[in-house]
Amino acid sequence: MYSVLKGASYILAHTPDMVIHNGTTQTTQRTIDPDSEYLKNLDKSLRSYDECKAYLPNQTYIGNITPDELAGYAQPWYQQKSDYIQREGRFGEIMPEDEFIGLIAICDVFDLVKLESQFAVSVKKKLESHSLIDPKFLSVFDKNFELSEINGFIADEHAEPLYYGGMIVGCIKAAHDIDHSLSAHVIFENLVSKASCVLSLLHLIDKNHIGKEDIEYVIECSEEACGDMNQRGGGNFAKAAAEIAGLVNATGSDIRGFCAGPTHALIHAAAMVKAGTFKHVIVAAGGSTAKLGMNGKDHVGKGIPILEDCVAGFAILVSANDGVSPEINTDIVGRHTVGTGSSPQNVISSLTASALEKAGLKLTDIDKYTVEMQNPDITKPAGAGNVPEANYKMIGALAAMRIEIEKSQLADFVSEHGMVGWAPTQGHIPSGVPYLGFARQELMDKKINRVMVIGKGSLFLGRMTNLFDGVSFVLQQNSGAGQEETVSEDKIRKLIAASLKDFAKHLQEDEG
Amino acid sequence: MAEQYGPENIIVILGAAEGEAAGLAAETVTAGDPTFAGPLAGVQLGLKVYHACEPEIKDEVDSAVYDEQISMMEMVLDVDDIRKEMSTIRDEYCKF
Repeated sequence: MYSVLKGASYILAHTPDMVIHNGTTQTTQRTIDPDSEYLKNLDKSLRSYDECKAYLPNQTYIGNITPDELAGYAQPWYQQKSDYIQREGRFGEIMPEDEFIGLIAICDVFDLVKLESQFAVSVKKKLESHSLIDPKFLSVFDKNFELSEINGFIADEHAEPLYYGGMIVGCIKAAHDIDHSLSAHVIFENLVSKASCVLSLLHLIDKNHIGKEDIEYVIECSEEACGDMNQRGGGNFAKAAAEIAGLVNATGSDIRGFCAGPTHALIHAAAMVKAGTFKHVIVAAGGSTAKLGMNGKDHVGKGIPILEDCVAGFAILVSANDGVSPEINTDIVGRHTVGTGSSPQNVISSLTASALEKAGLKLTDIDKYTVEMQNPDITKPAGAGNVPEANYKMIGALAAMRIEIEKSQLADFVSEHGMVGWAPTQGHIPSGVPYLGFARQELMDKKINRVMVIGKGSLFLGRMTNLFDGVSFVLQQNSGAGQEETVSEDKIRKLIAASLKDFAKHLQEDEG
Repeated sequence: MAEQYGPENIIVILGAAEGEAAGLAAETVTAGDPTFAGPLAGVQLGLKVYHACEPEIKDEVDSAVYDEQISMMEMVLDVDDIRKEMSTIRDEYCKF
């Protein structure tokens, strides 16, 4: 039996102060030219929390607007007025920056996060009313500091400041005096990733009515690395996040593959569950501070607000077949191998047509492809074009080359088998996974039959190989066979024979 | 490489996915990096530069190889826009 896609959660944390102080575009600019006009005027281009919530792609990410509904709005979406301003969504929430800093403090188990007294009191009050935060964690806000002490940690001990509303409200200290792998900068990035992962886990459990104790394994698939100088990247975000989320019966591990990480992780999870090793496995990832405001210069230069102002996260529950949820068909897995080559048609073929062909399927047999679902509002002004659309065009062009469609039908293929993008440009976050929440519902509602999930990764960024990478798999409607073992015809015959024999015996007894 | 082999002996072939990006790269190797971010900022090499989908390059390549490596992308890209952008840059800045 195939494993199934049992649930999905998606969260955003609006972090405008982290855009200014922790996004690499801004930190690099500060190093090169601290007095640049870009940095001076940056705060004028930042959105408020309410504006961030009202942004249509964000409401799509947390599940309040479907991709089809989003496509109905004219682009660019940042110019659209929206009636959707909810913090809570079907799949998760959009958390404001102060509460997110509070969650970072909760996720710090080494006493490295120091919060200023008044801020700590205010955040504690807010998180008290957050239904998913375990009250046992709130005592972390009772131990806090005067601003002068925090300024001392920043000035004397290389602590990274935590800002809210442009003011210093705390700091994150280095975990070691010399070890660069435990510097305040690295710990900051890792705690942000961990906190956004934890929030995703909490929403996944909450929205899918599964017990925390039922989760046996977590695979974390972000793009961060935690460890010390002797084992940089040793891990393990998965277990660290599971601990805070209260998944007491889970262990876990981290899988890395740049933007392809989530799809690799889902294949691992699906295989573990199909093999019967575990019944419930979560694939999850938090977001990245480095990518905040990544295209900020292009946006500000064109008079567009900074749209990369959220740390994102997601969690996906892969479970044993329940007879209802969409199945993860691990017999249709596409792979960009070492020998595939780098031409676009080899890449796309290896991830789509080659895998489908083995299963006797055509490219047109997949109803929806979920690719790199980057929001075009963000990428187009930065000269990167419309990423999902470019992917759909390539798959359509491949279908035309294979004479599965006419060349003139390319545009129709793109609109029928594709979607608009809505995900923040946080690397692994937009890669295949943002559609899984909607896909689960649409497959269960029998609106579609098959979805292909494609993850691609730019391995060359790590300078260990020039290769690119990608993997894919197919999600399909549940066959309905459920968890029960299939009963063979022979067994049925024997059962009927036994019943008839029983029946005959009763008749004989009655007559007697 | 321009210094080593002489700029007149170099042809740059681009594979950018759209006109604006192709134009930016073409400008970098002709008039100098327009973003003033890299080593070619203010360096006017004036090199010959073409996109892989332009006929000047396509005609030089074995058609079977072109079909295998480029034809799918040719179907996807706005080739007219790319050609227009490339010839504008060449006309203005190319020295050879």
